[in-house]
Amino acid sequence: MSVLPASAPASAGPSSRIVVDDVRMQFVLRHNRSLKELAMAAVRGKDLGNTFMALDGVSLNVDSGETVALLGHNGSGKSTLLKLISGVMHPTSGSVRLRGRIAGLIEVGAGFHPDLTGRENVYLNGAILGMDEAAIRARFDDIVAFSEIERFIDTEVKHYSSGMFLRLAFSVAVHTDPEIFLIDEILSVGDEPFQRKCLDRIRELKDEGRTLVVVSHDLNMVSDLCSRGIVLQRGNQVFDGSAADAVAHLRSL
Amino acid sequence: MSVHHDLTAQPWTEPGRGSGLLDVVRRRYLLKLLVRKELRVRYRGSVLGLAWSYVKPGVQYVVYFLALGIFLQQSRNIEDFPVYLFSGLVVVNVFTEAFGNATRAVVWNAPLVKKIFLPRELFPVASVWVAGVHFVPQLVVLLVGALLSGWRLEVLPVLGAVLATLIIAALATGLGLLFGSLNVVFRDMENFVDLINMVVVWLSPVLYRWDQVTRVVPEWVAVLYQLNPITVAVELYHYAFWWPGTRDTPADSLPPDLLVNSLVAVVIAAVVLVVGQLVFRRVEGRFAIDL
Repeated sequence: MSVLPASAPASAGPSSRIVVDDVRMQFVLRHNRSLKELAMAAVRGKDLGNTFMALDGVSLNVDSGETVALLGHNGSGKSTLLKLISGVMHPTSGSVRLRGRIAGLIEVGAGFHPDLTGRENVYLNGAILGMDEAAIRARFDDIVAFSEIERFIDTEVKHYSSGMFLRLAFSVAVHTDPEIFLIDEILSVGDEPFQRKCLDRIRELKDEGRTLVVVSHDLNMVSDLCSRGIVLQRGNQVFDGSAADAVAHLRSL
Repeated sequence: MSVHHDLTAQPWTEPGRGSGLLDVVRRRYLLKLLVRKELRVRYRGSVLGLAWSYVKPGVQYVVYFLALGIFLQQSRNIEDFPVYLFSGLVVVNVFTEAFGNATRAVVWNAPLVKKIFLPRELFPVASVWVAGVHFVPQLVVLLVGALLSGWRLEVLPVLGAVLATLIIAALATGLGLLFGSLNVVFRDMENFVDLINMVVVWLSPVLYRWDQVTRVVPEWVAVLYQLNPITVAVELYHYAFWWPGTRDTPADSLPPDLLVNSLVAVVIAAVVLVVGQLVFRRVEGRFAIDL
């Protein structure tokens, strides 16, 4: 992904991949949108909406090759943090810095279009995730084989079952070649044999030395897969330690 | 697949901050696929498919020709009126389609914008490119019509057409970035842009000759009218496709300051492009929140 070089963060170590420094993310919950409502609000002196702090001063430093689980109950800010790391959103204050190529499996299949065939979607999604034409062509057969939908690859995706769709989308995502993977709740893909295959593939990515940041509510899987766990509660970081301890901490909340 | 372990060789980057339109050039393969997707999706389940891009301007052309050329007798005022009308109309058509779709491009691609970071300029640029694809068959029809009316190849008029096309592309991209980003925050923008697109055809000498306006308006309005970059592009298309085929039309039938106006239009289009890009980058941070 082509991004501008940025200054090295102060708290970066020699093997840091991701440095999140005192990040705050404030959302404005706006109720008044139309011109009429805006004018009315101005006349009455009413506030244009209240604010909500999704992340309140979170700092973390992820080293190369680490496997980090972001844990927390609904609304704790895990997905917001993942979106800030992926660059989809910018923090209200604080900074996020990365080293290396990044792929966000934040929602597999986000770039899929129902009116295109499986084959066309593989190329489109591969390009969206940062692969060039040669790389996609070289991995095309692996992607299709992994998804196990060879017969339907030239069928329009709208005719796929939801399982087939997710399998193909996941397959494209895990065949990209970034150093950092962001994974949000995608291990609920397909039936049990396919889930096991996905987990195996993710372990392979981990063994290749890639950096993984995982968000999942499947606590057993997370404590098995990840080396480190960070617990968020209402936008604050309340625990940072081994994944097993983090899971225990979350369960005690 | 190997992973680099030499971390110090890799620069630090800030996620979500790209280099704007330059990234679109760098990721032109993705741009190509996005254009192909938009073309495919536009005509899904349609029997005529891309032929609709002939039918719509064709009907519009016949209506204008009958109403203005015949009923209002413009074809008596203007030599080769069919070619005159069509060469202006194609310019306005490509501009309004590019501008209208580019304004909606980010909102249309909301699922992608919210979930994966991409250079978001890709979406308006892809819309402008799609308008360009629709423009090509119209240009072919125009050329055939011009040839039938005695058009002959000359270097300067062709260069004029190239310049006009670049002006329109830059203008539509710049305005598309500007209004497309604001449209994420205020959906009013797309209706406002529809309004602009509705009057564009009347604010340029497409359905009449330029001096029919300058004769009846104050001097300063006439100057503003001539400096409208779309007016300049329309006149350059007249110069390229209509004027070489006319016999009785004197050389001064085109506006006198076309060369100077063209240079001003280039500057205006460039400024609009830069401003559009700057505003887009400012508003971009809110895309994932507001969509």
